[in-house]
Amino acid sequence: MQPEALGTRAPRAPLLEVEGLFVSYGAITALKDVTLSVGQGEVVALIGANGAGKTSTLRAVSGLLKPAKGTVRLRGDDITGLKANLVVGKGLAHAPEGRGIFPNLTVQENLDLGAWLRRDTAEIANDLEQSFARFPVLKARRLQLAGTLSGGEQQMLAISRALMSRPTLLLLDEPSLGLAPQVTQTIFRMLREVNAAGMSILLVEQNAHLALNLAHWAYVLETGELVMQGGGKDLLASEAIRKAYLGE
Amino acid sequence: MKSFLPVLAAVVVLAVLQVTLGSSPYFVYLASLVGVNVVLAVSLNIINGMTGQFSIGHAGFMAVGAYVSGTTSLLLKDDQLGFLGPVASDQLFFVVSLLLGGVIAGVFGFIVGLPSLRLRGDYLAIVTLGFGEIFRVVIQNSDGIAKGFAGVPGLSLLGSFIGQFGGALGVSGVPQHSSFFMVWFWVFLVVLLAKRLAASSHGRSLKAIREDEVAAEAMGVDTTSYKVRAFVVSSFFAGIAGGLFAHFVPIINPGSFTFVKSMEVVVMVVAGGLGSTTGAIVAAVLLTLLPEGLRSLFLELGGGDASLAQKVDQIRMPIYGVLLVVIMLTRSQGIFGTHEVWELWGRWKKRAPAQPT
Repeated sequence: MQPEALGTRAPRAPLLEVEGLFVSYGAITALKDVTLSVGQGEVVALIGANGAGKTSTLRAVSGLLKPAKGTVRLRGDDITGLKANLVVGKGLAHAPEGRGIFPNLTVQENLDLGAWLRRDTAEIANDLEQSFARFPVLKARRLQLAGTLSGGEQQMLAISRALMSRPTLLLLDEPSLGLAPQVTQTIFRMLREVNAAGMSILLVEQNAHLALNLAHWAYVLETGELVMQGGGKDLLASEAIRKAYLGE
Repeated sequence: MKSFLPVLAAVVVLAVLQVTLGSSPYFVYLASLVGVNVVLAVSLNIINGMTGQFSIGHAGFMAVGAYVSGTTSLLLKDDQLGFLGPVASDQLFFVVSLLLGGVIAGVFGFIVGLPSLRLRGDYLAIVTLGFGEIFRVVIQNSDGIAKGFAGVPGLSLLGSFIGQFGGALGVSGVPQHSSFFMVWFWVFLVVLLAKRLAASSHGRSLKAIREDEVAAEAMGVDTTSYKVRAFVVSSFFAGIAGGLFAHFVPIINPGSFTFVKSMEVVVMVVAGGLGSTTGAIVAAVLLTLLPEGLRSLFLELGGGDASLAQKVDQIRMPIYGVLLVVIMLTRSQGIFGTHEVWELWGRWKKRAPAQPT
């Protein structure tokens, strides 16, 4: 079931289509009939409170969780229930919650693992340089163990690593988690740049203000169900959203 | 050609050592014991240290290798390939039986690993412990199993092979084909493999699994398949270690492959530093020689009086235990942490000039 939309969505070629997704952990149903889509070149945000099912949605899309019901299509390909390591090959990169970097490997090794499925050595080196140009601090710390980086640097590494697989769609889970506001600003500025370069992004975020500012389109999850959707700016302006998620 | 050079160098060095020191039976016995433990520790480190899957059933795979290769050698004892001469023929059969023991242990590693590597942490440890014990108990009751198989058509050959295991009494009379050279050549091979693996992209994905399995999967690593592969390689070398062991001790029995043996290897890996191959080597050498060293020390203190030495000898194991506790308290990450010895050397050198003299 689709909630009513606030504002209008610019028409785009569909990239990710999720239809009627159900996820349950044992007897508990975490997601009920979630239907959403991400268009080519779009930033779509998924906002909601703790336990609303944001992370479960991402995990079900990227294959880290097996949905109980529903379909997930990437560029028309049915990828429902496909294991995560195979979904990566289809062009979907997931930067999991809590960054998920490899703390006892160097920054360089972390990035190399991002390109694990790729065999085009020259292009990989090219992308690596691009990551370093985007985040010079990663270049300076190339041979340092990733676990010794600051929280913000680790998040930069997690995003850069996800991009190393050259995805068509990037899934980001709480990039602002545990970061100082200024660092978060940097991360979001970078996400805007990455999107401007053509990358489509599905973003899960508790910081509704930041997420809605960046997103072209957004969905609001409440206890496993979609309750609202709309343009980022339109939702920001909506009174219900301001009350529930922006503390006004 | 370049990759062949270390092998050649190892062969030369080991051959020289074999000629100069190989005549002392005590040295050869001790060096073989150390070598077998190094092979066990380095191979267990591939699964416990590099891949981060805590397995504590290594002695079980060692037992499979020991029994399969020991029994094979026993059955081939009187056969000879005439054109090779007796020594070369014996050594060829020895290598064949070793490889057979290793391969069968690897097959069991696959059978055990496939279902159990879905588990994590403590659960995996418990399951591997269980399998290790199952292997031992099956061997202990091999007499009955052999009798049962004897009546079943198609299994009688397997039955007669298992019949050679001798139940709780064990197998004796395995031809003592092992040598310093052979044991340490396998030490060299397993260390070479571990080193190459750590530097390869295969090894990097194993480390990624250790660091964060979910993230590794999100990178596209087929985690189950990589874990099982690491487990099979590890089991293969445990089988080789068992096979070597069977060819220099007078008798093998189930008592040599208990949980205590598994724990001994785990202790070596942990004390050396999980994930560090050189750490595993150093700890295996130290912890194998320590009890022997303490024995000679007490014999010395007792003024050569064997009976006094024997009495004091009983506190050897407590001292060994205390030393382990000291290692864990002072270096909880193991002697080398996850590093190799040369990495620490480089860091130490870098730090040294910074301090004003």
